[in-house]
Amino acid sequence: MTQAFAAPCGSAAVAAPRTDSAVVTYRQLGLAHRGRIILRNIEGRVGRGSLTAVIGPNGAGKSTLMRATLGLLKPAHGEVICHVPRERIAYLAQQSQIDRQFPLSVLDCVMLGFWPAAKLWRRVGAAQREAALHALDAAGLLDFASRPIATLSSGQFQRMLFVRVQLQDADFIVLDEPFNAVDTATTALLLDVVDGWHREGRTVLAVLHDYQQVRTRFPQALCLGDGRLLGWGPAGEVLDSLTPAGPGAAASYA
Amino acid sequence: MYDFLIAPFVDFVFLRRALVATLAVALGCAPLGVLLTLRRMSLVGDALAHAVLPGVAVGFVVFGLSLPALSLGGFLAGVVVVLVAVWVSRYTDLKEDATFAAGYLVALAGGVLLISAHGTQLDLLHILFGNILAVDRVGLLLVAGVASLTLLGLAWGYRAFLLETFDPAFLQAVSRRGGWYQLCFLLLVVANLVAAFQVLGTLMAVGLMMLPAVSARLWHAMLPAQLLNASLQAMGAGYAGLLLSFHYDLPSGPVIILCAGALYLGSLWLAPQGWLGRWRARHVDFSGS
Repeated sequence: MTQAFAAPCGSAAVAAPRTDSAVVTYRQLGLAHRGRIILRNIEGRVGRGSLTAVIGPNGAGKSTLMRATLGLLKPAHGEVICHVPRERIAYLAQQSQIDRQFPLSVLDCVMLGFWPAAKLWRRVGAAQREAALHALDAAGLLDFASRPIATLSSGQFQRMLFVRVQLQDADFIVLDEPFNAVDTATTALLLDVVDGWHREGRTVLAVLHDYQQVRTRFPQALCLGDGRLLGWGPAGEVLDSLTPAGPGAAASYA
Repeated sequence: MYDFLIAPFVDFVFLRRALVATLAVALGCAPLGVLLTLRRMSLVGDALAHAVLPGVAVGFVVFGLSLPALSLGGFLAGVVVVLVAVWVSRYTDLKEDATFAAGYLVALAGGVLLISAHGTQLDLLHILFGNILAVDRVGLLLVAGVASLTLLGLAWGYRAFLLETFDPAFLQAVSRRGGWYQLCFLLLVVANLVAAFQVLGTLMAVGLMMLPAVSARLWHAMLPAQLLNASLQAMGAGYAGLLLSFHYDLPSGPVIILCAGALYLGSLWLAPQGWLGRWRARHVDFSGS
């Protein structure tokens, strides 16, 4: 069933991806902060199992949209419905919000990924510990398992957070600028992990800045700019429709 | 040795009670203090301790020096300040610490005025500095009850409190109840401060919460070890403080806090993260493979 909808700029090239069911539905969503409108008229559905890059210039409202999607921000207008229960969602916020000096070992940190399923009463036991160690090994962090997280470099820290997301076993994964301050080798490794999630049928939304990455590794792209949705569809098409000056300069496109 | 260290507690009931009360306060307060410092809320603990004063004052004015009344009044006042601070931080851009600062100054001034208008100098001193040697059965039950509740609460909600401190965005995203854990934590802090005030007084109730916690961070890099270390230091300071105040006829509250302070100074010198540890770490051996 094609999800055709009236794009803000009236172009038929903008169409939400084909979906059998949706993970998130945006209906005339408007977001504001301190009286200033950040985004308006966001409309569409994030398909189940899709891998979508969220792009746009700084200040376009990408993080704001992610937070609204997760229910961390109330819509100023319209609505956003997330069809996945909270415990089945994994959210990797921008790194700056996490306390890197916290006295936690790497293993304890990744094992927090079991929390949404276990909450307070279910035991997180030996089996989960084994799974955590196995996942750390696959990420090349096994030697750091019992070391404090403060001893990790940026790239290692990000790899650790990805392991935590893996252990969460979530159906819907939202990544906010996951490759900031991470070297190219680690980025390539983490992109492989994201591919793996996509193959497992998980839905992924990732805020990214590297358009080359988006073109080569992401099937879908959602572009924000000028306070609205500029494009949402196959990544190649969305990127091609952007002018060289940047998404903010695109007034209309065929 | 025995006469100095053990005999007083064997000989005097009131000292035994005081010791049990102090150890219970230490066990309850210290782990909460560690979590408070990790949340960068060290001064909020101080502010909360003062904010309970008007509640204590109202209880005093209405019921006199009755422990249940004072404790209940103090707890309610603390709850009000916590709720206001959390509500304000959620709906405005003001961070919690700003509201706590504003609130506690008003509360403290109000409390002192109320008590000095309705009581004697002695009453005020007891409430401000504690009256540990007058801890009775009811007081003991209160203190032990709060400590047990705290330890059970921490054991049960450990992962949640940890997550809430370490990565609140993660908790908020996966759980509808993220805000409740923060509230529960702050209420536990208030309960412990109220229980502690009869031992140490409102001015220094927070001392056994913060000093051992800050010390413990100098010794260990991992949270469980810090929690244990802080508890042991707090209990040690309580024991030493009581003994010294007994032998030298000094008010026990300040002496206990000074003992905790001495442990902190010692940690600054000798702990791995302190001066000695850093001095050793500077001399890294580059010779060899």
